Amino acid sequence: MARFAMVIDTVKCVGCMDCVVACKTENKVPEGFNRDWITTDAKGKFPTVQMEIRSERCNHCDNPPCVYCCPTKASHVHDLGGVVLVHHHMCIGCKACLASCPYDARFIHPDGYADKCTFCIHRVEKGLDPACVAVCPTHCMYFGDLDDVESQVSKLLLERKNHALIPEAGTRPEIYYLI
Amino acid sequence: MIELTTTRHNELIDPIVHVWGWEIPIYLFIGGWVAGMMILSGYFFMKGRGKEYHCVCYRIPLLALGLITLGMLALFLDLEHKFYVWRLYTTFAVKSPMSWGAWLLLLLYPTLFIIFLLQVPDWISTRWPILHSWSQKLRSVKAITKIVGMVNIVMGIILGTYTGILLSALGARPLWNSAILCILFLVSGLSTAAAMVHMIAKERAERELLARADNLFLFMELLVLALFFIGLLSSTNVQIQSAMLLLNGPYAAVFWVFVVLLGIVVPLFIQNLAVNHKIIHTPVSPIMVIIGGLILRFIIVSAGQFSHYANAHFIR
Amino acid sequence: MEFISRRKFLKIGGASLAATTAIGNAKLFDSKRATELRQVPTFCDICFWKCGAIATIQDGKLWKVEGNPKDPLSRGRLCPRGSGGIGAHYDPDRLKTPLMRKSVRGEEEWVAVSWDEALGFIADKMKKIKADYGPEAMALFSHGIGGNFLKHMLKAYGSANIAAPSFAQCRGPRDVGFKLTFGEDVSSPERTDIRNAECLVLIGSHLGENMHNTQVQEFGDAIAQDAEIIVVDPRFSVAASKAKYYLPIKPGADLALLLAWMNVLVTENLYNQDYVTKYGFGFDHFVNEILPFTPEWAYPETGIEPDLIRQTARVMARHKPATLIHPGRHVTWYGDDAQRSRAIALLNALMGNWGVKGGFYYPVSMDIPGYPYPEYPHSERPKVDNPDNKYPFAHETITNGIREATLTGNPYPIKGWLVYATNLMHALPNEKETIQAIQNLDLMVVIDVIPAEIAGWADVVLPESVYLERYDDLNVEWFREPFTALRQPVIDPPHDQKPNWWIAKTLAEKLDLGHYFPWKDIEEYLSYRINQAGLSYEQLKSEGILLGEKQPIYFSEGVPDVFPTPSGKIEFYSLQLAQAGFDAVPKYTKPPQPPPGYFRLLYGRSPVHSFSRTQSNRILMDMMDENEVWINQDVAGRYGLKSGDYIRLKNQDGVVSNRIKVKATERIRTDCVYMIHGFGHNSRMLKFAYEKGVSDAQLITQYTVDPLMGGTAMNVNFVTLELEA
Ligand SMILES: Nc1nc2c(c(=O)[nH]1)N[C@H]1C(S)=C(S)[C@@H](COP(=O)(O)OP(=O)(O)OC[C@H]3O[C@@H](n4cnc5c(=O)[nH]c(N)nc54)[C@H](O)[C@@H]3O)O[C@H]1N2
Ligand SMILES: Nc1nc2c(c(=O)[nH]1)N[C@H]1C(S)=C(S)[C@@H](COP(=O)(O)OP(=O)(O)OC[C@H]3O[C@@H](n4cnc5c(=O)[nH]c(N)nc54)[C@H](O)[C@@H]3O)O[C@H]1N2
Ligand code: SF4
Ligand code: SF4
Ligand code: SF4
Ligand code: SF4
Ligand code: SF4
Ligand SMILES: [Mo]
Repeated sequence: MARFAMVIDTVKCVGCMDCVVACKTENKVPEGFNRDWITTDAKGKFPTVQMEIRSERCNHCDNPPCVYCCPTKASHVHDLGGVVLVHHHMCIGCKACLASCPYDARFIHPDGYADKCTFCIHRVEKGLDPACVAVCPTHCMYFGDLDDVESQVSKLLLERKNHALIPEAGTRPEIYYLI
Repeated sequence: MIELTTTRHNELIDPIVHVWGWEIPIYLFIGGWVAGMMILSGYFFMKGRGKEYHCVCYRIPLLALGLITLGMLALFLDLEHKFYVWRLYTTFAVKSPMSWGAWLLLLLYPTLFIIFLLQVPDWISTRWPILHSWSQKLRSVKAITKIVGMVNIVMGIILGTYTGILLSALGARPLWNSAILCILFLVSGLSTAAAMVHMIAKERAERELLARADNLFLFMELLVLALFFIGLLSSTNVQIQSAMLLLNGPYAAVFWVFVVLLGIVVPLFIQNLAVNHKIIHTPVSPIMVIIGGLILRFIIVSAGQFSHYANAHFIR
Repeated sequence: MEFISRRKFLKIGGASLAATTAIGNAKLFDSKRATELRQVPTFCDICFWKCGAIATIQDGKLWKVEGNPKDPLSRGRLCPRGSGGIGAHYDPDRLKTPLMRKSVRGEEEWVAVSWDEALGFIADKMKKIKADYGPEAMALFSHGIGGNFLKHMLKAYGSANIAAPSFAQCRGPRDVGFKLTFGEDVSSPERTDIRNAECLVLIGSHLGENMHNTQVQEFGDAIAQDAEIIVVDPRFSVAASKAKYYLPIKPGADLALLLAWMNVLVTENLYNQDYVTKYGFGFDHFVNEILPFTPEWAYPETGIEPDLIRQTARVMARHKPATLIHPGRHVTWYGDDAQRSRAIALLNALMGNWGVKGGFYYPVSMDIPGYPYPEYPHSERPKVDNPDNKYPFAHETITNGIREATLTGNPYPIKGWLVYATNLMHALPNEKETIQAIQNLDLMVVIDVIPAEIAGWADVVLPESVYLERYDDLNVEWFREPFTALRQPVIDPPHDQKPNWWIAKTLAEKLDLGHYFPWKDIEEYLSYRINQAGLSYEQLKSEGILLGEKQPIYFSEGVPDVFPTPSGKIEFYSLQLAQAGFDAVPKYTKPPQPPPGYFRLLYGRSPVHSFSRTQSNRILMDMMDENEVWINQDVAGRYGLKSGDYIRLKNQDGVVSNRIKVKATERIRTDCVYMIHGFGHNSRMLKFAYEKGVSDAQLITQYTVDPLMGGTAMNVNFVTLELEA
């Protein structure tokens, strides 16, 4: 079994949004919607400011409330890598999954179904990196299998201090931010 | 000083989550109301007092049948992918309250239909005499009335609780993340249902009994509300902040004025005077109770979506 | 509270938005549907970095543009603007056909005409201008590689009055400062070896927001390698957030800081003595001049504590020669820009990093011959932009010099402007002057892809196909390694748009200059050049890029250590400057300060936009659709402002801006405000971009001209905050 995860190095990320643009074109995300986005988290008082810039998206949680709450099983955990996906043709657009996600990672596609980051499973299945990872000009994003101890993501998590987002929500997010 | 900014701008999500507008609060309100009605009528059926309490036993279930249909319509209107609604009934998702709800709503119809059969109104039975003969048969077995009553109570409790669980299962929203929410909605459902009866019942005795019951429910509702907040306030920071949304945040004015004062305290006071024959009984207070119950759903749904784990809201 | 209406409202808005764009609504996981994919390599043109790209066409529709892994510039990754390049093709507000003005200049009223009519009109006018005023009375403003054939056309016509804003509004002062010091400039792509720097000093260069691709990638590399980063900026930029030392300088005081740093390095003997002894000229002179400028002297000017100045100077010294003080790019700030850039050059020289790993490498290129054209006609009159060599060190044409000549008729009149791919209304300071100059013209032609502001002032507007729809000249790049790249069409233009080479050639033919364009079409031209170099045009077409042999780029690898200055050395003391009456070693003069109640207006880049050219690209606008004005949190508090409020800005000359959103932030000093350049379009034909945000250029009515090279410094405008009633 594979357990896909993303590791993002906030020390390198410049918040350029290339990951957002690349996702937009690769996945034809309609105008006005984002599957991924940039959060800037600045603390302090000028000129002593600390700033973390993060590229955020669905965390493909290991304990995904969005899947549990779905009345039609449209939201599901994909066989490969534990990726959380939505079957468009099964979704009724009840939005329970939108409300259940602590990261607000989902939205309703103009065509009516719940949509969000897919970890670019269509690329991953072909052995490619997700579009956002592949485009990042600072090479600060890594995608891989946490069940493989030899993978770069596993190693990075061992070597570097990191954090995930809102762990207290208990969803066991699978995107890690190196600090 | 924390400056949190996001580039995300998704409809219904940013800057504040607002996936559910009026449809879901209406649906939850109606669900609670119907649940209250079922429990009440179930109770009187079980006690076999359909004759004295005609309204609650025979008129209310009919109303409930209509209302629940409206509720389902509201739910349907909220769906963004309407043509796929049948997908609800191709599966049963054990962990999804929504799925439970969908099936539960289906079960309500036969339950309520049987009550309907117990006393088919004349203008219907003259048209479809067959209904009349079914009705006769049902009534000839005493136990059936009792069982119908019990089933109604049970279904009512499940339905009423479900409207709360639907929200409280969505752990991402700290305000909803309380087991007391389902009790709150249940009690509020009872109070609004009782209010409905004592508003429309023709018999004075029935009115007064239900008004007394309503007072009890309103009083309980106050207690449950207090418990609800005590629970949140004694929890984590995000829960405290979410409680504050209602207590002294952006929703406080509406909450205190429309839910607590005009929706519970004032009607309680008025009805108390009325049942003690200090003033005459008017529809004013039950209407206030019903509106209060409605606003309670709106406010909980809206503030719940506002409440968030990330705590600080983005500056955009 | 808004329980009800908002969401349905948004819903309708969102749905109609999606419906009007080409990117909406494709069924994604419809894997059963057979799709036909085609990939074509080309290179990007959303800015001038020219990254190698590969476009993918799905069922005849442009799907995406990605980096070409063979390309040394992009290393297979485009920047966000390049990744959003398909938006240029799909932009619904594009120019579609040639347009001719119906009424007075500036009224955006047009009739659509045929290419033949439009070019015929232009040719007739140009012939008349030539007859009446001489060919030099025609000027061409052209920015980017697309202008090459038009430049050739104009030179054939007889005029060398050709300018781009990339000199006098951008990197001119830097290149002059470095040329005066090392004999060579920094050029573009910059020859900075960021990747190998152990210490990187950024003076305003906001890498990460400035998205020049290779630099940002190398910036990432440098961070990963734990380079010590020092950032000097009045604003806590993205780069500042990566820095170990952030110096929140008072705007305009950089030269004082640079002098103080050099003072520390010299007085503490921390500079690269071997290097300076070997290559330096006039060092003793330099030392003498630098002595008074102690960190204590600089403190009141810069607001940077003397200790911090010393400490950072020592950090730089510790990593020499692999300490790179980035020369910046858009450096037209205060009027002392060439001298400030020279100070940066000198600071680098003290590190001994020119020609050295981690400093400045020697760029190399492939030897691709040009096309053998007939010789251009000889002109009697020198270029119009710099009469009497007023700006002795300007080594490129000065845009504002041409504007000035058009206004005054001196040294001789300019009667026609061709404007190619530059939105002069946003690029040049003081748009009033530009408008007045245009009123003096007999002919004003704009070649653009969208109805930018400048097009609104034209007599004839010619719609060009966007870069994804055309061939352009070869990019024979000067870089770390030699390579040549091809731009070729990946998709057809949606309407009657034509490529620049066709426009130039057809116009030349109408001007009876057809013999200057002896090739049948551009492919004949391109393949000729490639074949002459002994390379395969077919290979170039299929791969997009041809790589040359690796060549030495450092002294240590065998690059000859010669400096083409008058002394043949690195000029710490510049005789040239002294002779021309300037400071031979830079000196600091304090720039004018904002009057009370005013804030200095600063501006910069958004990573997702290029200047004023991407605000009708719907993908990039989806990333950011208006600019904000950054105001220090305390200042905002004093004005009762919070993020998200709208205000207007009013400059010292009474110009009032559009509404702009406030960003109240701890990320900027209290004496200045900041915004992203390029927004606030007022061309009504730019339907989507119209009046979104504010144009910095509109508020830049004042500018200081650099006495060395004629550049226009623009950080010299002050604004007040006008609260909405
Ligand atoms: N106020 C202010 N002024 C500045 C700057 C600033 O930051 N603030 N920056 C300065 C700097 S650094 C620079 S380099 C200059 C940049 O100045 P410009 O190069 O003039 O930049 P833009 O404003 O983007 O204008 C480019 C024009 O070219 C058009 N265009 C884009 N692609 C094509 C094409 O393929 N074909 C044709 N024919 N036209 C095309 C665009 O639609 C747009 O109208 O501005 C300088 N001026
Ligand atoms: N995304 C994107 N990237 C681009 C471009 C683009 O349009 N979009 N354009 C490209 C071009 S042509 C150019 S020239 C470059 C320009 O980019 P750069 O050369 O990197 O930067 P500038 O535009 O000169 O300066 C902007 C920065 O200088 C700071 N600053 C302002 N005043 C002062 C001062 O007095 N002292 C100091 N130390 N800092 C100051 C501002 O706060 C801001 O951070 O960007 C290039 N890259
Ligand atoms: S592309 Fe990379 S550097 Fe840019 S914002 Fe995304 S993660 Fe950060
Ligand atoms: S981030 Fe949200 S949408 Fe994604 S798996 Fe977790 S809960 Fe579900
Ligand atoms: S919106 Fe769709 S995916 Fe989400 S819970 Fe409802 S049916 Fe499932
Ligand atoms: S993994 Fe794919 S779908 Fe997810 S954010 Fe990245 S590009 Fe978008
Ligand atoms: S830096 Fe970005 S916009 Fe400029 S050429 Fe490269 S990819 Fe295109
Ligand atoms: Mo520039």
